[in-house]
Amino acid sequence: MLLPTLLFFLVNSYFPMVGVYYAFTQFDFNSGLFDAPFIGMKNFEFLWKSGTLVKLTLNTIGYNLAFILLGNVLAIVCAILLSELRHKWFKKLTQSIMFLPYFVSFVILSVIVYNVFNYDNGFLNTLLARFGAGPVDVYNKPVVWIFLIVLFYLWKNLGYSMVIYLAAITGISDEYYEAAKIDGAHIFQRIWYITVPMLKSTFVVLLLFSLGSIMKGQFDLFYQLIGNNGVLYNTTDILDTYVFRSLKVTFDIGMATAAGLYQSLFGFILIMTVNYIIRKINDDYALF
Amino acid sequence: MHIKDDHYTRLLQGLAYTVIILGSLACLIPFLLIISASLTSNDSIIRDGYHLIPAEFSLEGYKTVFTFPDEVLRAYGVTLFTTVTGTALGLFFMTMAGYVLARKDFKYRNTFSFYIYFTTLFGGGLVPWYIMMTKYLNLTDSYGALIFPGLMTPFLIILMKNFIRSAVPEELFESAKIDGAGDFKIYWRIVLQLSMPGIATVGLFLALAYWNDWFSSSLFINDTHKYQLQFHLYNVINSAQFIANMGAGTGVSLGGDLPTESTKMAMAIVVTGPILFLYPFIQRYFVKGLTIGAVKG
Repeated sequence: MLLPTLLFFLVNSYFPMVGVYYAFTQFDFNSGLFDAPFIGMKNFEFLWKSGTLVKLTLNTIGYNLAFILLGNVLAIVCAILLSELRHKWFKKLTQSIMFLPYFVSFVILSVIVYNVFNYDNGFLNTLLARFGAGPVDVYNKPVVWIFLIVLFYLWKNLGYSMVIYLAAITGISDEYYEAAKIDGAHIFQRIWYITVPMLKSTFVVLLLFSLGSIMKGQFDLFYQLIGNNGVLYNTTDILDTYVFRSLKVTFDIGMATAAGLYQSLFGFILIMTVNYIIRKINDDYALF
Repeated sequence: MHIKDDHYTRLLQGLAYTVIILGSLACLIPFLLIISASLTSNDSIIRDGYHLIPAEFSLEGYKTVFTFPDEVLRAYGVTLFTTVTGTALGLFFMTMAGYVLARKDFKYRNTFSFYIYFTTLFGGGLVPWYIMMTKYLNLTDSYGALIFPGLMTPFLIILMKNFIRSAVPEELFESAKIDGAGDFKIYWRIVLQLSMPGIATVGLFLALAYWNDWFSSSLFINDTHKYQLQFHLYNVINSAQFIANMGAGTGVSLGGDLPTESTKMAMAIVVTGPILFLYPFIQRYFVKGLTIGAVKG
C-alpha cells in the first residue's frame, strides 16, 4: 500500500537527482543523457565570475529571512490581539477576512498589484492625483519592489500563520492567567510573561520548517509580481526565477542545472548545519 | 490597583480593535478594487483610473467575457478535471501511505519516512526534473503533466500520518485483525472512517493547489486548448500588457480587439469566483485542520 508513494518519489524526486550531471556538460536538448560533452566545472565558473551566484544567493536568503522573521512576529502580534477581542462574531469575521488572501492564486495577486500600481490608471496614481501629486512609475523603481514583495508576502500568508498561533494560544490553560491576575499582573504583563513564552515551541517548529526552504524562494510570488521585467532583476532576482528563465527563456540548460544544483547543495548544507547547532543547544527542537 | 488594571485592559482592547480592523481592511480592499473595476465601464477606468466604488457602473466587462465563453469554459473544464482527479488520486495514495507509516508494527516505517522526507532536503533542481518529465515520461501537452507533479507532498503525508496516529487507536488494528480483516480492509473500513477531518484538510490543501496552479501549464503545455484556468488568465493579462507597452513605445495604438481593463478584471472575478463563493464553507475545515496540526506540532 506504500508502493505508489514510493514510486512517486522515486520518479518525481530521486530520478532527477541523476540529472544534475547536466551541470557539468555543455547540454544540447537533442542529445541523450550521457552524449553531451563533459566540460567539468565551466558552468559554475561562469556563474561565479559573472557575479550572478553571489547576487542570487544574497537576494534569496535576504528575502527569506525577511519573510520568516517579519511573518512570524506579525503573526504572533496579530494572534495575540485577535485573541483579546471581546465580540465573538467580530473575531470570527476578521479572522476569516485576514485568512482570505491565502486562498487566491498568485495570478490574481498579480492582477491586484497591476490594479494598484500601474502607471496610467492604477489606484495609487489615481489617489495621488486627487491630492494633487504627480504620478509615480513604480514599475521603474527597483528598490521599491523589495518592500512590495515582502509586503505582499505578508498580505498573503499572515492569516494562515495567525491561525496556527491562535490555536496555540487557545491551548494555554486559563489557570496561568487567573494566577497571574491574583498576583496583580496587568494584562500586558500577562501577555509578555505567559503568552509569549508559551508560543516559543510553535515558533521554533515553524522557524525550522521555513529554514528548510530558505534557498527556495517563493517562486510564484516573485514571478507573478515581476515577470520578465529586466529593470527589476538586480533587486528581485532569486535562484528560482533565474533557473526558470534560463530554462524557458534563454535555453541555457547547463547553466540552469548548475544554478539549480548549487541551490540544492547549498540549502542542504545550510539545513544540516542549522540542525546540528540546534541539536547541540536543545535536542527537543532538532528536525531529525 | 483595580483602576490601573482596567486602564491597561482598555488600552489593549483599543489597540486590538484598531490593528485588527486595519489589517482586515488591508486584506479586503484589494478584492473590492478588482470587483469594482470589473463593474466599471472601460472608458471611465482609462480616463479616471481605478476607484473603490465604480465611477461609471457598467457590465460590459462581463458581457465581453461571456460573448466568447469557449476559451474560458474550456480552461474551467481543464482545471476542474485536474483538480478532481488529482485530489482524489492524491488523497487515496497519501492516506494509504499515512496509514502504513502510522502502523507501529511496520518495521521499516522510519526508513521510509526518511525516504520521503529527504526529498525536501535535497533535489535535482528544476531542469533535470523538467527534462525527465518531457523527454523520458513524454508528458508534454498531456493532462498527466498537470496532475502528476502535485499528487503528493511530504508535508501532507506527514500531516496525514500524524492525524491517523492520533485519530485511530492502536487497539482497533489488533481487534480488526483478530476478526480476520486484511490490511487493506482495515484501511478502507476503519482508518478512512475515523480520519475524515484529516482527510478533509489534506484534500482541501490539494484541491486548492490544483485550482490555483498555473506553473504546470507554463512548463509543459503548448496546446492552448489544455491551458489551466489560472494560466489562461495569466496570458490574457500579460499579452494585453505586453502589446500595450509596445504600443506606448512606438506611438502606435494596437488596441483594436484587446481585452480591455474592465474585461480583464471581470475575467479575474470569474476565475476566482468559485473560491470566493465556497470560501465561507471551506474556511472552517482549514482552520480546524490547522488547529489540530498545530496543537500536535
